[in-house]
Amino acid sequence: MTAKRDLLLEVKDLKTHFHLHEGMVKAVDGVSFELERHTTMAIVGESGCGKSVTARSILQILDRGGRIVNGEILYYRAPAAENGTPPPAVDLAKLHPDSPEIRAIRGAEIAMIFQEPMTAFSPVHTIGFQMAEVITLHQKVAKTEARARALAMLRRVGVPRPEQSLDSYVHQLSGGMRQRAMIAMALSCRPSLLIADEPTTAIDVTTQAQILELMRELQQEYGMSIMLITHDLGVVAEMAESVMVMYLGQVVEQAPVDDIFHDPKHPYTQSLLRSIPKLGAQGGRKLETIKGAIPGPYARPSGCLFHPRCPAFMPGQCDQIQPPLIQLDDGRKVSCLLYAEPAR
Amino acid sequence: MTMPEAGPLLQVTDLVKHYPIRKGLLRKEVARVRAVDGVSFHVNPGETLGLVGESGCGKTTTGRCVLRAVDPTSGRVLYRRADGEQVDLATLEGAALRHLRREIQMVFQDPYSSLNPRMNLLDIVGEYLVVNHMAHGAKLKDRVAELLTQVGLRPEYMTRYPHAFSGGERQRIGIARALSLNPRFIVADEAVSALDVSVQAQILNLLQELQGKLGLTFLFIAHDLSVVEHISNRVAVMYVGKIVEMAATQRLFSLPRHPYTEALLSAVPKPDPRLKRQRIILSGEVADASRVPSGCYFHPRCQYAVDRCRTEAPVLREISPDHLVSCHRAEELVLAGIPVEGDPNSMLPAAPPPRKDQASA
Repeated sequence: MTAKRDLLLEVKDLKTHFHLHEGMVKAVDGVSFELERHTTMAIVGESGCGKSVTARSILQILDRGGRIVNGEILYYRAPAAENGTPPPAVDLAKLHPDSPEIRAIRGAEIAMIFQEPMTAFSPVHTIGFQMAEVITLHQKVAKTEARARALAMLRRVGVPRPEQSLDSYVHQLSGGMRQRAMIAMALSCRPSLLIADEPTTAIDVTTQAQILELMRELQQEYGMSIMLITHDLGVVAEMAESVMVMYLGQVVEQAPVDDIFHDPKHPYTQSLLRSIPKLGAQGGRKLETIKGAIPGPYARPSGCLFHPRCPAFMPGQCDQIQPPLIQLDDGRKVSCLLYAEPAR
Repeated sequence: MTMPEAGPLLQVTDLVKHYPIRKGLLRKEVARVRAVDGVSFHVNPGETLGLVGESGCGKTTTGRCVLRAVDPTSGRVLYRRADGEQVDLATLEGAALRHLRREIQMVFQDPYSSLNPRMNLLDIVGEYLVVNHMAHGAKLKDRVAELLTQVGLRPEYMTRYPHAFSGGERQRIGIARALSLNPRFIVADEAVSALDVSVQAQILNLLQELQGKLGLTFLFIAHDLSVVEHISNRVAVMYVGKIVEMAATQRLFSLPRHPYTEALLSAVPKPDPRLKRQRIILSGEVADASRVPSGCYFHPRCQYAVDRCRTEAPVLREISPDHLVSCHRAEELVLAGIPVEGDPNSMLPAAPPPRKDQASA
C-alpha cells in the first residue's frame, strides 16, 4: 500500500451474513477494499455476488436477518494530516443500525441512490416535502430555506419546471425525472460519498446517457466519491476509475479500469468480458460462455468459489485451497491460485 | 416493398394498434395511445429480424399483434403457412387461428413468472402436446425428454419443478416448451434481458444453434443493441409506434441513416474505457404515445431538425436497396455508426451473413 493516499473509506475483511429459515447465506464473505476521495469505484458482478449487500452494509441498511458479523468499515471524515498522523476514523461496522451516529452519517455524509426511484420515494408525500425533510433532518435550517434549497437542487439536476415538480408526487414524474429527483435528494446535503446501486438499470439508453453525464458533472462540481454498483460493463468502462469484481460474496479482482478491460487477470473477469456481445464485433459468431450457472447460496463450492466453472481449473488445488487476495507487483489484486507464489 | 415469388414468411403491412383512453361516467374516449402506428415489415424464412427501441416504442405490442395475443386495430399480418398458402393473422378467427398457433410460438422475458410453479417439467413442456392431442403417455415422455435434451437440459429433470432451476435453465425450459409443437416462427420478446451476462451468452448461442438445426425464423424483440446486433440478420428500429429505420444488421450499425438510430448507438455505453468518444446526448424524453408531436415524432429531440420536420411526417422509404429510413434529410445527413471491428470493408453494404452453417458449427 502506498502512503499519501487520500482514503475516504477502508473496508477490511467485511463479512455480512443473513440468517434465514432455510439456512445461513454468506452474502458478503471477507471483502476488503479502499476508496479514495473524489474518485469513482465500480463494483461489478452478476446477481447474488454481494455487491448490493456490500453497499448496504456501509450504510447499515441491511434487510431483515442480515448482520455484519466481522470486519471494519473505516470512514475518514477528513483527509490525512500533513505530518502523516492517521486521520480520525469512524468504524461504521461497529455502529448500531439505529444509533444516532450512523443516522447522522446516513443520507448526509454518505448518500445512496437506488435502481427503482418509485420505491425509494414515498408515494403519499410530495417530492419537495421529502427533500425538505432530508435537509431539515441534517442541517439547522428553517422550512422555507429547506424548500428553497430543494428547489435549487432540482433545478441543478435538470428537472424541467422545478417549482411544479416540487409539489408533485413521484408517480407524476417520468422514469428519467424520478431518477434525477432522487439524485437531487441524495446530493442535497452534499455527501462525500454517493453510493449508486444500479442507478440506470431500469431506464432506457438515451436517458441513461443523460443520467450518467449528470452524475459525472455533479461529481466534478461537488468533489464527492462515487461507489457505482452495476452489472453493466459498458457503464463501468464509461464511469469508473477503479473496479472491483465480485463473485459469490468475495472479491476476485481489483484493478484500475483500463487494466480490468485490457488485461484482466482472473479467469472469471476474463470470461465475463468475453461473454458480452460487443457492438461492432460482427454478429453471427458464437459467443464464448462460462459453463454452468452461478451456484445457489446454500451450495457454495469448496476451495475457490469459481472452480466448477473455471476454464483454468487446476484439480487438486483450486477445489481445495481457498485463494487469498494476492497483490501483484503493479498493485493490482487478484484472488486466484494461478498468481500464487510457486510454493506449493 | 417487393414480394418475390418464394416470398417472406411474414409480411406485416400498415399494422396499427391504438388503445383508447376513456374517462368520465360514459367512458368517453378522450385520447388514444398510438402504441403501434402504421408498421410495415417482412421476415424471410430462416432469418432473424431484430426489433429494437426504447420502452414504450411499441415493439412488444407489435410482437403481440403478430401472435394475435392482442387484436390489431387495423392492418394486415400475412403469414405463409407450411403449405405455401398465405393467411392474414390479423383477421383469422376460430379453429383456423387455433390451428396456426402451433406454428407460431413465443419465448418470454421473465423465466420466473412464465413457468407455473406447481407444474413439473413434464407438465410444462408437454402441456401443448397434451392439449393439442398430439402425444400422451410414454410417447409424451419421450418427446419431452427429446425437447429437454435439445435445449441442453438432462431428461431426468422431467419430474422436477421450476424452483429447482436457475434463471438460465428456466429460460431453456421456456424454449423447450416453445419448440414442443415444431413451430416455424418464434417471437422472442426480451428473451435474454433478465439473465446475467454469463448465462445470456449461453442462451443466445442456444437460440442460434436451434435456428440452424430446425430452420426457425425469429422475430427478436429487445432493447439491448449489442444483443440484437449479435443475433439478427436485419434490424428494425422503432420510435413511438413507428419504424424509423430498417436495414441489414451490419449496415444499420455501421452506416445508420436516421438520427435516432445514430443517437441510440451513441448512447450505448461501450465496454472499453479507452473509447472516450463524443457522445450524442439526446435532450428530453421519448414522446408520449398519447400526445404525439406534429410532423416527425422525433423532431423535438433531433439535432438535425429543420422546419419541414416540424410540419410534415416523413414516410418510411427505401434510400438504397433494402435500407429503409423515415427521415426527410436521410440523403444529405452524414451520420456516425459503430465501426466494425477488424473489418476494413465495414463501410460496404453488407451481404446477408451465412448463418446456418455457423450456427450449427
